Amino acid sequence: MPAKASRAAFGEALLELGARDDRIVTVDADLSKSTMTTKFSKTYPERAFNVGIAESNMLGIGAGLALTGKVPFVCSFACFVVGRFETIRMSVAYTQANVKMVGTHCGVAIGEDGYSQMGLEDIACIRALPNIPVVQPADELETKQVVAYAVEHEGPIYLRLTRQNLEPVCPPDYRFELGRWLVLRPGNDVTLIASGGTVFNTLEAAKRLDADGIAAEVINAACIKPLDEELLLRSVGRTGHVVTVEDHSISGGLGGAVAETLGEVMPMPLKRLGVQGFGESGDSKGLYAKHGLDPAGIASSVRKFLNR
Amino acid sequence: MADARLETIARECRVQIIRMLTHAGSGHPGGSLSVIDLLTTLYFGRLRHDPQRPDWPDRDRVVLSKGHAVPALYTVMAKSGYFPESRLVTLRKLGSPLQGHPDRTALPGIEAATGSLGQGLSVSLGLALGLRLQGSAARVYCILGDGEIQEGQVWEAAMAAPKLGQPKHPLDNLCVILDYNKIQLDNFVKKILDLEPVLAKWQAFGWPVIEIDGHDLDQIAKALDQAEARKGVPTFVVANTVKGKGVSFMENDPEWHGKAPKPAEAIRAIREILGVPEPRWTEYLAKNAATRAIVDELAALEAK
Ligand SMILES: Cc1ncc(C[n+]2csc(CCOP(=O)(O)OP(=O)(O)O)c2C)c(N)n1
Ligand SMILES: [Mg+2]
Repeated sequence: MPAKASRAAFGEALLELGARDDRIVTVDADLSKSTMTTKFSKTYPERAFNVGIAESNMLGIGAGLALTGKVPFVCSFACFVVGRFETIRMSVAYTQANVKMVGTHCGVAIGEDGYSQMGLEDIACIRALPNIPVVQPADELETKQVVAYAVEHEGPIYLRLTRQNLEPVCPPDYRFELGRWLVLRPGNDVTLIASGGTVFNTLEAAKRLDADGIAAEVINAACIKPLDEELLLRSVGRTGHVVTVEDHSISGGLGGAVAETLGEVMPMPLKRLGVQGFGESGDSKGLYAKHGLDPAGIASSVRKFLNR
Repeated sequence: MADARLETIARECRVQIIRMLTHAGSGHPGGSLSVIDLLTTLYFGRLRHDPQRPDWPDRDRVVLSKGHAVPALYTVMAKSGYFPESRLVTLRKLGSPLQGHPDRTALPGIEAATGSLGQGLSVSLGLALGLRLQGSAARVYCILGDGEIQEGQVWEAAMAAPKLGQPKHPLDNLCVILDYNKIQLDNFVKKILDLEPVLAKWQAFGWPVIEIDGHDLDQIAKALDQAEARKGVPTFVVANTVKGKGVSFMENDPEWHGKAPKPAEAIRAIREILGVPEPRWTEYLAKNAATRAIVDELAALEAK
């Protein structure tokens, strides 16, 4: 499989699932070209609604549609969806409306547009709400399974998708399950937990660490909520060291979730890699390098963390 | 011609509102009393619903966007048979499904969680659209507060509603009612942020607007009929109301937006609602066991 953005895989999955399930509808807020719901809306114009640049209204309409039995995908950039947190909190979460919230353009990897368009706090926000799974697929294969899962999932769910292409990382026989992580590469010296856009770079970093005699276990944590606590404890129980790698604020994301769990259940040395401060314009490679999320940066942080 | 049955129900509901708020010791009497005639007309004059089957797909929906007035909604729901009237006094108590603001998951018959103002219209749009797509004949009624429509999301929804679903699925199954009681939390709406010209605003956004006296049951019923007859667009009803309607010392007083009456005040309020002059009260209570029980309960509360 060639590299593909998870938003693109999402758009394809939606088209395919929409053919089989007429409960599926989309609600967009003038970003359908970017969220890639356009394939669906061209094929099913009567099931696709563009409500204009009004994300709160988009979320509320989604909630109402869900309450009549539809399965609405409400889509915008992650920052704009979650920016309407109060509407999510009441009309989606507390109402327990079966809304599929899709936030694309997550992280600094969107590059040139700069901070205003970067979803960097979305995981932290949604994670604070009861009953909403937070899922971030790492490649095309996983995205398509996650979208299919989202349709079947009873209740609200948040999907975090990328603008940039993602190299395939999951094996062809991979099956997504809520709350299940995947060991992409076994190792005994340190557990590297990555999610979404950082998984591939983390695998590359593990190769570099191998050359230094460090056997890193790499885990793809598509589910940030709920965590795969069993796999987490099994892995870190063996390696004794854990590093999280994410294109999200250092606060409240994957690293925060892992730290909360380990802090209570199995305290141990832990390093969180992620975005500090606001994002900025630049090329996405350069931004990953700046935030230490490129293979070299991840490998060097791991070495430092292990005192090697 | 006033429907005597509805007037009786509305009066009984007003009594229950006062009763439950007093037992709870907190809550919002003003906006509950201003909206009760609208809710009574809906629940007992218009709504196609079945309290035994609150999940009936083709039921009409009521979204009380001004969620703080939910005591009023609970009284009409109880009278309709969604739950026993005896449960009204559990309002705001730990473990009660009668949450301080509507909780859809706690009480069957509540259509959406509200209480964070400004969101109910968007949800109503989604409900109306979903029902239209399904080919259902069900209607959606959304009740907004006047202070509430200062929220920006209301205007996102107002702008979208006349266009959404067009041309095949217009939201003419949606009727929005503004409880225009001229008072919000801090003060009179005019003093905080005047809404006028409110009719012109909604008209400019593409809504047919009907203006009525929100305490005149005939006018309410007629407006609802007109809304139902209107094809191609949703309808907006401006209901001019009095905050605290029915209780002289609560009427038109911002102080009674969000505080519960003390038991003695509650008893006086109930007497006024029932239209019994002070000298005849003892005699009235002797003849009306139900009211007597409510009053005794309140008096016991005072003693505590
Ligand atoms: C988003 C939000 N902000 C503030 C409040 C607090 N609040 C509760 S009721 C109210 C005033 C509402 O006024 P209005 O809509 O006119 O209601 P009514 O007069 O019918 O009681 C306010 C500010 C709230 N519930 N939600
Ligand atoms: Mg008001």
